[in-house]
Amino acid sequence: MTDTSRRNFLKLSGCTVGAAMLPFLKTMPAHAQSNGRIVVVSGQTINSLDLHRTGTNRASYQVAVNCYDRLVSFGTKDAPGGGLSYDYSVIEPELAESWKISDDGLTMTFKIKPNATFWDGRKVTAADVKWSFDRAVSAGGFPTVQMKAGGLERPDQFKAVDEETFVITLDRPSKLTLPDLAVPVPFIINSEVALANATEDDPWAMEYLHTTPAGSGAFKVVRWDQGQQLVYERNDGWVGGPLPSFQQVIVREVPSPATRRALVERGDVQMSFNIPNKDASELEAMDGVDVYSTPIENCIHCLCPNFSFEPFQDANVRKALAYAIPYDAIFQTAAYGRGAPMWGGETAINDIAWPRKSPYMTDMAKAKEHMAASSFASGFEVPLSISLGLADWMEPTALLMQEAFAEIGIKTEIEKIPGANWRSAALVEKRLPLHLENFGGWLNTPDYYFFWAYKNGHLFNSSNYLNEEIEELVDNTLHIPMDDPAYAPNITRMFEIAFEDLPRIPLWQPALNVAMKGAAGYEFWFHRQLDVRPLTTATT
Amino acid sequence: MNARSKMILGRVAQAIPVIMGVVVISFLLTRALPGDPAAYFAGPAADEASIAEIREALGLDKPLFQQFFYYIADLARGDLGTSLTTGQAVMSDLAARLPASLELTLVALLLSCAIAIPLGVLAATRPGTWVDHLCRVLVTAGVSMPTFFTGIVLIYVFYYLAGIAPSPLGRLDFIYLSPPHVTGFYLIDAALAGDPETWLGALKQLILPATTLALFTLAPIARMTRAAMLSALSSDFIRTARAAGLGSRKVLYGYAFRNALLPVVTTLGMVFSFTLGANVLVEKVFAWPGIGSYAVEALVVSDYAAVQGFVLAMALLFVVLNLIIDIAYALIDPRIGLK
Repeated sequence: MTDTSRRNFLKLSGCTVGAAMLPFLKTMPAHAQSNGRIVVVSGQTINSLDLHRTGTNRASYQVAVNCYDRLVSFGTKDAPGGGLSYDYSVIEPELAESWKISDDGLTMTFKIKPNATFWDGRKVTAADVKWSFDRAVSAGGFPTVQMKAGGLERPDQFKAVDEETFVITLDRPSKLTLPDLAVPVPFIINSEVALANATEDDPWAMEYLHTTPAGSGAFKVVRWDQGQQLVYERNDGWVGGPLPSFQQVIVREVPSPATRRALVERGDVQMSFNIPNKDASELEAMDGVDVYSTPIENCIHCLCPNFSFEPFQDANVRKALAYAIPYDAIFQTAAYGRGAPMWGGETAINDIAWPRKSPYMTDMAKAKEHMAASSFASGFEVPLSISLGLADWMEPTALLMQEAFAEIGIKTEIEKIPGANWRSAALVEKRLPLHLENFGGWLNTPDYYFFWAYKNGHLFNSSNYLNEEIEELVDNTLHIPMDDPAYAPNITRMFEIAFEDLPRIPLWQPALNVAMKGAAGYEFWFHRQLDVRPLTTATT
Repeated sequence: MNARSKMILGRVAQAIPVIMGVVVISFLLTRALPGDPAAYFAGPAADEASIAEIREALGLDKPLFQQFFYYIADLARGDLGTSLTTGQAVMSDLAARLPASLELTLVALLLSCAIAIPLGVLAATRPGTWVDHLCRVLVTAGVSMPTFFTGIVLIYVFYYLAGIAPSPLGRLDFIYLSPPHVTGFYLIDAALAGDPETWLGALKQLILPATTLALFTLAPIARMTRAAMLSALSSDFIRTARAAGLGSRKVLYGYAFRNALLPVVTTLGMVFSFTLGANVLVEKVFAWPGIGSYAVEALVVSDYAAVQGFVLAMALLFVVLNLIIDIAYALIDPRIGLK
């Protein structure tokens, strides 16, 4: 017999379980319950409060938008699909009061608002702007790439002339520089707070700002429980724009779309951000719930035939694909009709609107004709690759395509690639013979889209497409102003080549869906994250 | 030193090679996962150079044995690394999420046992009657409905239609603050803090997910109780006890049930460990910040540190769990010594 008794057993099991427990969250100061509060649910998780940090995911960009200011911002316009949208063509001041661009376009001088202060009350100076810009171009990874798109590459391009004057010197003039200052990346950090928390190994205070934002923006973060919620509190001293109407914004993470839907339908939360197309079309029919479906600017869902796969080097095969796709069925099934169709456009290109409808439509007779005219008339087999991470639209699309392509003798097998491998396989190695792709450019000009998706070797050119004329056209167009006489003809020519060569067969322009109940003022932004600043209580 | 402490020390010593094996295997397996975390985390528009920078920052450019060496050195300092998906230290992630999962699983299992064991005993003592059939129906329904389905149905009925359940928003509604941290179990922490309002709030949030899990775990426990009771009731010692004129209550609970408990406890241990890792779907539906969804998210994006930390934490937990079960055996059946 042993001396183990029931009482001892209970004691023992109690302490072993206790030993497995480890410290949990710190409690934060209580937030007062006020009616100026909005609760938003989202399926995405925020993994950092600092956009510049390596590994920061897309959902976290909202912190850069809501808690920090940039020098400039975009204007607002009415959006197709309801609600408002940012306006790429209008640049508005945020932290900068005014700016001047020299006649040669190489020097940009910004005057910072004299009354702008950080949350700790210190005045925002040009030195803070310089430090923040230096950080963005030195951090590496995505922020540095995005800065480069606007011609901002090295710290020596940025100069703090005096407290309120900041000067950017460019290597060449570019129409992309000013808009690139309004994207979430070049946000302005309180450099004194950051430097006080920097170390020798971490000169840019990545570890500190990762959990503790230090900015001048409209909202402060009062609480962040990773994987659960982010709580914003309004900064009443904000001078970057009109003071937000909500005192407090709670962003809760709810992974299940069904649960999010139930919450917004019951009205326990005021907003569900980025909802599935299916829920959007069903909620729209409901009373009291407002659904906004904004077609994402400069973004197209495409089918990409890879030029490194022999049959797709044949232009007739690519055209056969473009005529065989059951566009409307796909749009209705995979997107529930939300977004904008990108097929059945006019053959003649009379304007430079982008994204635009391709001149192709479902026409099996033409598809068969092109197949017969190709050197692969007897058909071939090819895997059709999709990403499991984007299966919600890719899977139904691929299934419908598989059926249609079989009719013209192209036998496809759907290859599902895990989300973690998708990037390497599709974009980096560019080894998928036939696949779906959905690049969207932040800077809203067609040449910027072409730069990423049609130039050889560039990341989103997953078709290994190479056309000398496109290379030259993009290089010549990317930085010239939109009112340059060469601009429109160049763009038109790019469209012609793109639709003739078809390295990317456009399907539809996807939409970002948001449902609201008891709140208003939603604004769509190209970064596809929630800007909580313009939200208001519903007036209707 | 008494027999019990000796036995526990012996068991802990036995666990060391197991843990070492787990460390090596989890390291190698995560590296064998397809996918390139550097490319994934470099972001949507990164170029070759920035991917290489990130690879270097993550130490993934080093040869495998060197990476392993660094990992062991960090581990020895109690540093599990930083998760790329959550941006937090793996240790603090586990510390936040493990109690959440344990609380949910334990409450669910308590609920499940409270129903399944009496039901199993009743079904065994009255085979073929309505109780037996009810047991069978409940058990079949419980296992055949996937947890996410039960979860969504419960939300639909009790939250959406009836409006009696609180918003399925995780461990606490946003109007409450999490109680001061002591154990990480909100029910215990709120009780310790003497905060009945938060305690009730936490309990309300627990009811639906715990019921969902309980329905799912009902089956193995009830079935095992029934089977073990049946075989105990038909064994010789029960016949002897009955022949000796012992009361039916004494026979049933004093002899049959105690003997039937061994397999039930074994099942319970298995169900517990299984549920803890497998309640991902319940966690997703109820926005529960648990360990299961954490591990799955990490696995999907090849987040090495998080996966390794999860596997290690689970291995440690199972060592503890097995120890508890072994001690429970000794309590139930005195023939099993603690040698």
